Amino acid sequence: MSAPVPHEGEVASRGYTLKELMVISAAREINDGELVFVGMRLPMEAFLVARRTHAPRAIGLFENGVMRETPPAVPLHTMGDPSNIHGAIQCGQMLEVMSLLQQGRVDVGLLGTGEVDRFGNLNAMWGHRNNEMRRLPGSGGSCDIVCLARRTVVLVPHDRDRLRERVGHITSPGYGAGNGWRRARGLPVNTGPSVIITDLGVLRFGPDGEAYLAAVHPGVSVEVVLSNTGWTLRVADELVETIPPSKQELAALRQVVP
Amino acid sequence: MPTNAETKLMTMHGAIARYVPSGSMILMGAQLEQMIPFAAGHELIRQGRRDLTLVGPVSDMLFDQMIGAGCVSRVMAAWVGNVSAGVGYCFRRAVEQGIPRRIDVVDYSNFTMALALHAAAMGAPFMPTYSALGSDLLKRNGNLREFPSPVNEDKLIAVRALRPDVAILHVQRADSEGNAHIWGSLGVAVDGARAARKVIVVAEEIVEHSVIASDPNRTLVPGFLVAAVVHEPRGAHPSPVQGYYGRDHAFFLEYHDKTRALEDFEGWLARWVLNVSGRLEYMNQVGSSRAESLVVKEHAFSAAADFGY
Repeated sequence: MSAPVPHEGEVASRGYTLKELMVISAAREINDGELVFVGMRLPMEAFLVARRTHAPRAIGLFENGVMRETPPAVPLHTMGDPSNIHGAIQCGQMLEVMSLLQQGRVDVGLLGTGEVDRFGNLNAMWGHRNNEMRRLPGSGGSCDIVCLARRTVVLVPHDRDRLRERVGHITSPGYGAGNGWRRARGLPVNTGPSVIITDLGVLRFGPDGEAYLAAVHPGVSVEVVLSNTGWTLRVADELVETIPPSKQELAALRQVVP
Repeated sequence: MPTNAETKLMTMHGAIARYVPSGSMILMGAQLEQMIPFAAGHELIRQGRRDLTLVGPVSDMLFDQMIGAGCVSRVMAAWVGNVSAGVGYCFRRAVEQGIPRRIDVVDYSNFTMALALHAAAMGAPFMPTYSALGSDLLKRNGNLREFPSPVNEDKLIAVRALRPDVAILHVQRADSEGNAHIWGSLGVAVDGARAARKVIVVAEEIVEHSVIASDPNRTLVPGFLVAAVVHEPRGAHPSPVQGYYGRDHAFFLEYHDKTRALEDFEGWLARWVLNVSGRLEYMNQVGSSRAESLVVKEHAFSAAADFGY
């Protein structure tokens, strides 16, 4: 039985929700000028927040072949919205963005996921919900991004159904079973998940490929995080509290949500 | 210049009747969320097609509709659902419960799907990639095979060429020979047109050959690959066509709400597909003010490109 998550209303009295902090924390993972492969929905919001705040020169790549240097004029529901095409640097073929990934030119992949496990493997195929197995939509570009991007930032709500000891289907390979698994599979060096960002905190990866809790969001206790995680989550010696959203970050996010 | 007497211009009904029999493998949604050939998909449903294999990287709700209508026995895709809403309920019902019938799902990633079509377009048996090494996609998709690189020490995945029987592509404009200009979200359209044995082009506008010939860099589908050209304005609604009309976001969300329950999907299908004779009647049902609200008002023409010599 997991400990109760802080009620959204308690945190909202601070002027933001935990979901907003999740997206903003993901935005902070992007450095200015980086080439970023942007997944649908929440990752897209995170990318646009980064561009409007500390990473104005980050370049967005989308699976349909669109490459953007400037934000779209109208908030996006999908990467195929006409406002995402208008004013793009280039609207190429899917292979033109995918080959950039495979060349090792893409600094960051920004993704959501159905499930993630202790070693950063993602499952986009079958999800556990209320003791039932539900067919999920599938990899999309997730497998490609996690295999080939230099870093991958994963956004996921924090509960035991989604953060599992081991995923039932490794759709997108993270660190496998840890300890050199990734290299042994032949995946390119200097690739792999860098961080899992949830609505409770931030998980990073140790050199053995196992995730650990690096930060907790304000108002969230470590006990709540641990009890909502499907494995015994290691906690960093130097655990920190996530910096709350700045006014600028919050304003940017609220502008880009469709 | 004399060509064969038969024109490629056909009605949607005629093109589907002639070129897409039951059992066909069809590429649709090559341009991902843009220019999805909904009108063609609905015609396939109305003509009672069965045992179709649907191919597409990211299929928005068109695949879900055709699966729910019982037309599909196999899906080869990287992502199947309702892009702005999430789950495709018909897809989920078919996979989990076999409703209305069991479907076989061959799971790809976007890159491997693009490579499968690229291999076919290249006339090669496979394309190599590092993507999907270590993924469980390899366990159930026999078209993805690990092999040792012949030129270095690396491990690679061979992605087998995928040759659909038909590619159905929605385009902005085409001439009567099928030479087509496409702009906007390209996705896998260019390779898809070459990978398929036949192409059906569905165009917002039919133009003179001279219009197409004025910009040969924009001709992404040459007519010699095309079997049929269908003039079907608004044929991609509710998906957008750059320069013509925007995305009807509400329509996708309404579909999501109205298909969660099986009976509701059946009502939706009757209303929007089965009891509608074609795209004209469909758009009448959408309503002129809703349709008009989607039409592009602020045009953004490209800079002219001078092909003079």
